[in-house]
Amino acid sequence: MMIDQGARKRLIETVAQRVIASADELTDLDRAIGDGDHGSNMRRGFEAVLAAADELSGREFGQCLKGIGTTLVMKVGGASGPLYGTLFMALGKSLADEVTREQAAEAFAAALDAVKARGKSDVGQKTMLDVLFPVLGVLREGGAELGARLKAAASAAAQDTIPMRAIRGRASFLGERSIGHMDPGARSSALIVEAVVDAMEGFAMKDLKDLVVKDSVVNDLVVKDREVKDREVKDREVKDLA
Amino acid sequence: MSENVGIVIVSHSADVARGTALMVEQMVGREVPLGWCGGDPDGGLGTSVEAIMKAIDQAWSERGVAILVDLGGAETNSEMAIEMLPESRRGRVVVCNAPVVEGAVMAATEAASGATLEAVRRTAEELTPV
Repeated sequence: MMIDQGARKRLIETVAQRVIASADELTDLDRAIGDGDHGSNMRRGFEAVLAAADELSGREFGQCLKGIGTTLVMKVGGASGPLYGTLFMALGKSLADEVTREQAAEAFAAALDAVKARGKSDVGQKTMLDVLFPVLGVLREGGAELGARLKAAASAAAQDTIPMRAIRGRASFLGERSIGHMDPGARSSALIVEAVVDAMEGFAMKDLKDLVVKDSVVNDLVVKDREVKDREVKDREVKDLA
Repeated sequence: MSENVGIVIVSHSADVARGTALMVEQMVGREVPLGWCGGDPDGGLGTSVEAIMKAIDQAWSERGVAILVDLGGAETNSEMAIEMLPESRRGRVVVCNAPVVEGAVMAATEAASGATLEAVRRTAEELTPV
């Protein structure tokens, strides 16, 4: 896949607009188990990225990603700045304008290791990593309907942080009380993954508010689809046995 | 140029950072290069990598700089700021795992005696509950 200037601009705008439109939702999630600033921090960071979209998309892809990362580091103002900043800066180190799925997976894996080191965290601690690693798994597998599967994996993984107990970040101060809430970083990661897939697939966005609603409808459909498929498999097994 | 290790105070709140800096100054006068910052890039509660880099510059000493931080994001942002420094400075800045107010005062007292960066860090970190 070729990530030309047009694609870079669409990518930046789609991701930034989606994060900005979801700032209140992120803040609400963070208010429950953190310090309530994740939405406003991410909004500030991605507003700065959006304002620089023309300049950033004019650079080749690696430098463009690095620029996004540096902007987030400088503007976000919470721990999510260095964490997302590191993610984008690390991706920029190994990606060029021409990207294969294998290269993307490899770069993403290296970037996740960098995020792990930055946050001194790992999978299972109720963080963004709990979304990004399942996404990496799907990206590595490849195959049909990759975009839809990446989005479904991100969304399901964010949901899966609800019963987890936080071990890193401000939420860890709450101990057991962090259980029962979705991790705000996991949610913002899922949002970004969904936005990246949409931008890559040339998804035309007309109304962002519509999309927030649509996302939940899509999730329901994915869940239903899975239930139907499970039932079909079971029916087949029963038939085979008979 | 100071011969003593510099101290940087990073808090989510500018008031806490400034207040801590005043306490340090009262203890050790101006013998120790001191920098402080608090608040996010919009002036709300939080920390800013850009401001931390400026504070490090302000407290710069060839013998190194010890940073004292309050909560999580302050630590992550300080580590990020260190990584973004010029390579010649990067290895001479450390984040202390210590309470911000007590740690800053203890670290500055140690620094004022001409101690090394490692000794300053150790003194601050002795305050950390195990």
